[in-house]
Amino acid sequence: MTTPSAPALPDMGTSVEPPLPPVLRHRGIVRLTHWLNAVFLTGMIASGLQIYAAYAHFGIRGSVLNLPNPFDASRMAIPPEMRLGGWLAGGLRWHFTLAWPFVLTGLAYAIFLAVSGEWRKLIFRPRDVPGAIQMTRYYLRLRPDHPEQGKHNPLQKSAYSFIILLAVISTLSGFAIAKPIQLSLLTSLFGGYQLARYWHFVTVWTFIAFTIVHVVMVFVADPASMRAILTGRYRGRFPNG
Amino acid sequence: MADQFDRRAFLRRIAPVLPVALGACGWDGGPAMQPVFDRVIGFNNTLGEQLQALRGATAPPHQVVRGAMPSYFISDTMPVLADPASWRLEVGGLVRTPTTLTPAMLEALPHIAYSVEHHCVEGWSSVAAWRGIPFSIVADLVQPTRDARYVFFESFDNGYTNGWDIASAMHPQTILADGFGDKPLAPDHGAPLRLYSPIKLGYKLTKYLTRVTFTAEKPGGYWEDQGYPWFAGL
Repeated sequence: MTTPSAPALPDMGTSVEPPLPPVLRHRGIVRLTHWLNAVFLTGMIASGLQIYAAYAHFGIRGSVLNLPNPFDASRMAIPPEMRLGGWLAGGLRWHFTLAWPFVLTGLAYAIFLAVSGEWRKLIFRPRDVPGAIQMTRYYLRLRPDHPEQGKHNPLQKSAYSFIILLAVISTLSGFAIAKPIQLSLLTSLFGGYQLARYWHFVTVWTFIAFTIVHVVMVFVADPASMRAILTGRYRGRFPNG
Repeated sequence: MADQFDRRAFLRRIAPVLPVALGACGWDGGPAMQPVFDRVIGFNNTLGEQLQALRGATAPPHQVVRGAMPSYFISDTMPVLADPASWRLEVGGLVRTPTTLTPAMLEALPHIAYSVEHHCVEGWSSVAAWRGIPFSIVADLVQPTRDARYVFFESFDNGYTNGWDIASAMHPQTILADGFGDKPLAPDHGAPLRLYSPIKLGYKLTKYLTRVTFTAEKPGGYWEDQGYPWFAGL
């Protein structure tokens, strides 16, 4: 897939001779759902923090569970700048409204992945394990050269597969909190109502941590991918296949 | 067009948007968003009613009572009846036999008791024991007409009210509670009589009851009218 006459990857910043023509890396549906998801997820997190602030503990009232939780009300309040809705009812209205476009955007993306076959380039499978080890060695400087890769390297695949799973867990734990009687089986899968609240909360911090790493990696590893997710066109260092 | 994505140009372009995005925090959506919220949450309410009708689940009983159950009312001071003996519960509206129930008449009706997890909209929960008259028994007494689709609960707590769908009111665990723990219901939890059900969020459970009215039109409620979800079914 790489050009045989270009054995080494060019340094970033030096121009490629001759310049590669831009290729279509992300279809319209991918770019649309990516940015819609960014907006909806931000709204879900901010309104969720507004809701959480009403009772910033986990566990039956009066006996708080001893779980890792930096934002327990006894330690640190959720800063108002991170909240959406103004008060509990306002947060609930945002959260229960944005939940549907958040889910529908995710479903649209999942259907695209399945139907187009694009999932093969994105979902981490057992065959990606050796490649993941090589990528890890590269990042740890145990091997000098960047391993050959397709559209996404195996570590990216694991990250993107994980984030899809995280979206599913955040949605299911949300339903488990909203309907602990009618969907009691789901709620008990999360360990009951209070632990479902906790797992829902853990997905929030995981989403935020993922997003920070995701954005840093865009600028550090492949700045050309920013243009690709905005316009679809890609002229970066990695193959598209 | 430049080969490399221009980071600085991109940051310059999004910079003016950032303060706007941050200023949006705490935003309730403004007048433009309220009809959108009302429509989507109205859809959520309908979905919740249908899920409840489909599943028909009851809350599981708990063996152990645990957690604190705080006192809550909207009056400045705890609503306490000056003369509990003269208190009455009026049950009327779209019914064949409107009835006024005295404390003695209520005590004579069949009671059930259970320990269940209570869920507050704020996110806390607590397991407590309740005793009371199934609402369906009171409904049988007054015989709602076919037009009765909702039930409106009124209180002497400074105008606190709730509107319910009739299916939730007729749920086997929905009771008019006069006992909390192993004691008679005290003023801190809504004495002499309060609505209780483990299938609804706490703010739907009217305390200090005075009147129950069956209606054809959907009734509002104290918190529901201020933006809290109307159905609030668990």
